[in-house]
Parts: sequence; structure tokens; C-alpha cells
Amino acid sequence: METTTATTTQASANSGIDYAIRMQGIVKRFPGVVANDGIDLLVRPGEIHALLGENGAGKSTLMNILFGLYTPDEGEIAVNGKPVDFSGPRDAVLAGLGMVHQHFMLIPRFTVTENIILGNEGSKSVLDRTAAAKRVREISESYGLLIDPDAKVDDLTVGLQQRVEILKALYHGSRILILDEPTALLTPQEIEDLYGILNRLKADGTTIVFITHKLKEVAAVSDKVTVIRRGKTVGERITSDTTGQELADLMVGRGVSLTVERTPATPGRTILSARNLTATPIHGHKPLTIEHLELRAGEILGVCGVEGNGQSELVEVLSGLRPITGGTLTINDTDVSTCDPNGFRAAGLSYIPEDRHHRGLILDFPLWENVLLGNAQEGPFVRSGIVRERTLQARTSQLMQDYDVRAPSPSTPARSLSGGNQQKLIIARELFRNPDVLLAIQPTRGLDVGAIEFVHKELVRVRDEGKAVMLLSYDLDEVMDLSDRIVVMSEYGITGEFNAGEVTRNHLGLLMGGRHSDDQAEA
Amino acid sequence: MTRLKLSSSTLINIGGSIIAVTIALLLGAVVMRLSGADPWAAYKALWNGAFVGKRSIAETLIYSAPLILAGLGFALSMRAGLFNIGIEGQLIVGGFMAALVGAWDLGLPSVLYVPLALFAGAVGGAFWGFIPGYLKAKAGAHEVITTIMLNYLAMRLITYLVLRRDDILPVDPTFVATKKVVPEARLPLLMPPTRLHLGIVIAIAAAIILWYILFKTRFGFNVRAVGLSQGASAYGGINWGRTVVIAMIIAGALAGLAGAGESLGLHGRHWSAAPGYGFTAIAVGLVGRNHPIGVIFSGLLFGALNAGGPAMQSADVSKEIVQLIQGFIILAIAALEVVNRFPAIRSRFSRRSAASKAGA
Repeated sequence: METTTATTTQASANSGIDYAIRMQGIVKRFPGVVANDGIDLLVRPGEIHALLGENGAGKSTLMNILFGLYTPDEGEIAVNGKPVDFSGPRDAVLAGLGMVHQHFMLIPRFTVTENIILGNEGSKSVLDRTAAAKRVREISESYGLLIDPDAKVDDLTVGLQQRVEILKALYHGSRILILDEPTALLTPQEIEDLYGILNRLKADGTTIVFITHKLKEVAAVSDKVTVIRRGKTVGERITSDTTGQELADLMVGRGVSLTVERTPATPGRTILSARNLTATPIHGHKPLTIEHLELRAGEILGVCGVEGNGQSELVEVLSGLRPITGGTLTINDTDVSTCDPNGFRAAGLSYIPEDRHHRGLILDFPLWENVLLGNAQEGPFVRSGIVRERTLQARTSQLMQDYDVRAPSPSTPARSLSGGNQQKLIIARELFRNPDVLLAIQPTRGLDVGAIEFVHKELVRVRDEGKAVMLLSYDLDEVMDLSDRIVVMSEYGITGEFNAGEVTRNHLGLLMGGRHSDDQAEA
Repeated sequence: MTRLKLSSSTLINIGGSIIAVTIALLLGAVVMRLSGADPWAAYKALWNGAFVGKRSIAETLIYSAPLILAGLGFALSMRAGLFNIGIEGQLIVGGFMAALVGAWDLGLPSVLYVPLALFAGAVGGAFWGFIPGYLKAKAGAHEVITTIMLNYLAMRLITYLVLRRDDILPVDPTFVATKKVVPEARLPLLMPPTRLHLGIVIAIAAAIILWYILFKTRFGFNVRAVGLSQGASAYGGINWGRTVVIAMIIAGALAGLAGAGESLGLHGRHWSAAPGYGFTAIAVGLVGRNHPIGVIFSGLLFGALNAGGPAMQSADVSKEIVQLIQGFIILAIAALEVVNRFPAIRSRFSRRSAASKAGA
């Protein structure tokens, strides 16, 4: 693979084309890390070029270098054939580059026009708003970027705010657009709209660099794709000539399976059982009512549903964070309905929370103190109230090895880890107690391909060890791929229960939308 | 096992505090220059007044003791996520209680009387810290509001008791203070003929103990966890309310000890007019980055500023300049915090330094 890249690069360099962007041998070091370690990126004029890589591969650093936000330590950059050495974003803009950051750089209280002309107000001391608004309207119409120039940015949806960013770049004369993970905050419909806009821009001759870690997006819009891994270019492909599998392998650096392999489940005894469960509602929500829910050993129970149908309440009830007002809840035949989270843990529960940053980890704590979270009862880590730091550090190192958590040491703050490594640490912490039940809530949210594969394999492995697993996800595909049994949550209750393979996507979709299941729901 | 390791973030924190102090001293020099005084002579006088000679060092340590103890109280509450402006109230209640017990003349020997009077001070402060902690845990009452109110309540209550209740309490309305603490209840002097008393030893011991509690025990882990992330600490099975209340009790006790040290050590009675150490303690805590060991050093720094202040007058600089410098230190610390908190500003700074490195 590496050889192919080298040859392609060589060939193109020799053919003497003026690339819209030519970055060669880019090296950027930060204290302790080499973010870019000799990256090559060649973008032809008028193409949509995807820059694909996992989180932390060095994509954003590379683009920040291109846009003049960072100075590279080594390497050459040329824009439209001319070598450049930007000392700031202003130089980049003058050279015809425009960047749409992942987090928008707009002033919420300003109108669309005011935001767009910011930094390019003209030399007159009095702003000519009418002329500016007219020009904004012209540009927006010519690209089908429909937007009201006088609207306040505050009032716009995320998708429209992104349009303002794109318009701003075009207004400033950009012919090369860099979009950093542009779909991260968009709804599926907004993503479709964005694809349309990018294609229109391309038709008009604009060059687009599209940073992403999602394979679907590469296939959907790009002409060409450069894959980077750990700061190095590992491949350049024409999108139509490659496959998702090939790109995934390149991106992760080994063969990854995009589908989950698993054998049929052999469900055993019931480990967690809930009957007629009710709980105090979250302020302003309906109260949760669960008539019947069972987690069995050796089985993955998938919970699907549209977000906001009582899932948060369910998880909090099942983990001891939310008091139960009625019904029974047992784990391993122990009644836990009056227990706090420690009681649930003692009964055999582990829990991978949805929100890594605010529930699963304390970001400012070192990894070893994060391992202590939830494990601070008297035991191996705490004796008579004193934390046994050495034991804990040793255990943390061990867990880091076993679960491939990439961090310099157990004393590294959790904040500095990538999302995937943070999630691995949480999984390690929750599994080393050898629990009987594992609640996995949106366990792959925001993770890249490699980490998703790891989490999925881990869930299946835990199931095969005879533990009960509950997987709650808003991604229906994920639930269908992994579950042995599926329940649907709707309107703060469970509205259907099926064995995997006995239900269609469509049927689940209808139930998630609020329709009630008929006879087969009652198992 | 209990080594004090210096991580890179610790070094950044220490560096930040040193930069802030340097900036403050420079700004102070500018102000003195503008007011026509000689900053060099003034700082020399400040240095001499704070560090040169047995008496100066003793004065610095005398001033430092209550600031360190009260600063520890503030730091502990901050670690638990509470902005405890009530250190002042907790301090004066502690000082008053200790002085009452000390002035009652219980006929005890020193070995028993001193600990008892100190204990009374700690209990008084602890109670005054418990109230806002409990209100926060039970009703969600914001500690900034409740502690400010409790500060006033403490001041007025003590003034009333001192002026009007000499019928039942050992107080002296003519002095607006308690009666003299009996010699058996006074803190022993460490370095006669200076006024240096046991307070500084208590303060440093308290700092070391608090460091151990915060960083080596489960309770300390709970306090820091609760302060950094309520969501994650609940997930970890930590009882937020309980932790917050206990942290506030200990914080109040530390502030109470600060007050007790003043009445049993320095003054020999509790004066109703408060010196405001409870407010300086906030600065001490912040400059010390809410770390017990850091608080020792920032307490010494503020103690030195207070001790050396009068000496600056000999260089034709008013004592208020010292307070101005303290203000500058707080401002500089706050400014550095802003730089640290907001990534956009920080990245600007690091970009500059990276660029200049690349250029070199």
C-alpha cells in the first residue's frame, strides 16, 4: 500500500500539473507528540478531496497548517502552483483559501451579512450595508445557498450557520474550501443538503477539501481520498475505484471488520429482572413505566428507540442513579430497588455511560484515579479509607495493556486521551470487576472505525463469557447488528419485544415512531 | 510512599503563580513611581521588614499563620466545588469561641486548656461552615449568598454579645472584645522576646494533614471528584450532599482555628473589629492554586506583605500600596486563569511561542 502511494505521488509530481494544493513532507511536532510526520496531500483543482483518518490522526493539524494557523516544522506547501509560507490565516485567505471550522467562528448577535463582511468591511469609514447585503444575496443565490442576509445568526439552525460560514469564505474570494468535519453537528437531512451545496460548488470550479472520519461520507461526495494514519499519509485513492473496506483497513492500519461476527446466543438464567417499575420523572418529562424487562446471561438485549422516549430514565433506574417509586428490581436475585449505585455494583452490575466526559470520567483526574471511580469501596484499592496508590497504578497499567489504552502512563490526565482510548479505559474499568450484567449505553458514540470495532467485539466477547449485556443505542443498525433480543422504547415504556432475526427494520421503525406492537410483543 | 511528585501541571501552576506575583510587583513599582516614591527603596524596606532580623521573620510568620489556615479552608471548599466566601465569618466565630473558653478560666493546666480552647474555636468555625454546606446539600441554596449573609450575621452577633451580654459571658464592653484569655489557655511562644506563637506550627501541620487527606484518602478523592464533576461522582456512587457538608465542616474548622490562633496566640482576646483575614484567605487560596502545600507558600507571601508593609512607610510609601500590590496579585492570577480556561486565547499564546521557536 505504502509503495503505491509513493509511486502515485511521484508520478503526479513529475507530470507537472499545477495542483490546487500541494503539501509535501509536512512535519509538525507538539510537545510530546508528532502530530504530522511527513504528510503528503495533493489536491487537483475542482475536485472534492476527502481527507480521511481516525480521530487524532493529524487531519485537523494538517488543515490548520494549510490555513496558516500553525507553522509546519518541515515540509513544503504550494497553492495553485505557487510556493507559500503563510504567517497567519489572513495570508491564506489572500491566497484564495477558505476554512469552515468544526466549531463555527460566527458572532451570534450579528446578522448574516455582518458576519460575512467581518474582516472585509471595505475601506470606507461608514459601512455600506445595503451593498454588502446585495452582494451576499447574489453569491448565495448563485450557489443555491438560500439564506436571509438580514437574519441574526443566533436564530439560525446549525445547518444554516454552516452555510453562513461557507458564504463567508466565498465572499472573501475563496476558490479552495476546507471543511473540518462538516457533518459532525448536522441532522441527516442537513447532511444531504450540504452534499448538494458541495456538488454545486464543485460544478462551479471550487476546490474542496473535506475532512472526515466517516467512510459513508467519503463515498457520498468525494472524487478522491487521501487516508492518513498517525501523522502519515498511508494512501491516496480515487473514490470510485476503492471500497469502504479498503479505506477502513488503511485508516486503522490493519484489517477491520465492518460487520460484527457472532454466533447465536445461548441465553441462560435471568440476571436482572424488572417488574412494574416506575420512577420519579425528570422535571417536565412523563414518568417511566416498565412493566417487564429481563436481562439474561449470555445474551445481548438491544434497546432501540428515538432519543427522548425515556431512555435516560431507564438507564438511571437500572444503574441506581434514579430512585424507584414502585415495582421490583432484582440483580442476581438481590433486591436493589433501594440501593445507591454502589449497591448495584455490589450486586454485579457494570455500566458504560453514554456521556464519557460528564459521567464516565473525571477528565482532570489521571487515569488511575479514574479507575478508582466506582471502585473505591474497601477492597484492593482502598484500605481503612486510605487509597492504595501503588496497587491502583499497577492495576491501571495492566488494564491499559490488556485493553490497548494508548497513553504515556497511568498518571496521564484522562482529558488528553482520544475518545476511543477514553472509552477503552471505561470498558476496562467496568469489566475488570467481572460483573454479571453490563449496561452499554451508546457505547460507540463519537468513536472512529477502529474503536467501534473494538467495542463491538468486546460486547460480544462479554456475552460469550455468559454475562448479560444491555445495549442501548439510537443507531438502529447497531442494535440490529449486535442484539440477540430487541426491545423498543417509546413513550417512556417498552412497546415491543422481539428475537433478533424475527423482526424487520421497518417494523421496528414503526414502533419507534409510536405505533404499538400487537400480539407478538408479549413474550 | 507519600512522595510529593512534581507533575508538569504542578510546574505550570507554580510558574503561573510566580509570574502573577512578579507582574504585581512590577505594577506596584509603576504606581509608586507615579506617586513620586522610589520603588527600589520601598521594596528593599518591604524585604527588610519581612525577612531581615529575628523580629521581622517572626512578624511574617505571625501574619502568615491565620492566612495559611484560612486559605486552607477556602482551598478545601473550592476543591469540593464551593466558592466559600464565608471564611471570614467562620474565622471570627472560631476566634470568639476560643477566646470565650480561654477567658472563662476553667482552672485547667496548659496541656489541656490550650487544646480545649483550640477545639472550641474549630467547633465554632465548623458550625458556621456546616450551615451553608447543609443548606446547599438539602435545598440547593447557593453558598455565595448564604456565606455572605452568615458573615454579617457572625459580625453583628458577636458585636451584640460583646457589648450587651457581659452578664453571662466573659466579655468586656469597654474594649468591644472578650475578656483576656487566661495564661494557661494562651498558645506558647516559640521565639521570645518576639510575639511568635504556636499558630504557625499548627498552620503548617494542618496543611500537611489536609494534603494527605485530599490526595491520599478516599474522602479526599470524593471531595475532588465532587468538585470536578457531579455527574461522574454520582456515577461513581459518591454521595454529593454528604461530601459537600463534611468538606464545609472541615473548611469551617480550619478557618475557626485561624481565628483561635489569633485570640489565643497573638491578641489574648477576641476583638470584635475583624482584620478581614477571611477575605485575604480567598487570595491566598487562589495564589496557592487551592493546593495545601501551595497555600503554605502563598500564605507566607501574603504574611510577608502584611509584615513588611509598615516598613515601607519609612521609604515614603503609604501602607495602602501593599494592599494595592495584593490586589494586583489577585488580578494577575485571575488574568492567568482566564488565559488557561479559554483554549482560544491559550492556543494564540502557544502558537506565538511555537512560531518564535520555529523562527529561531
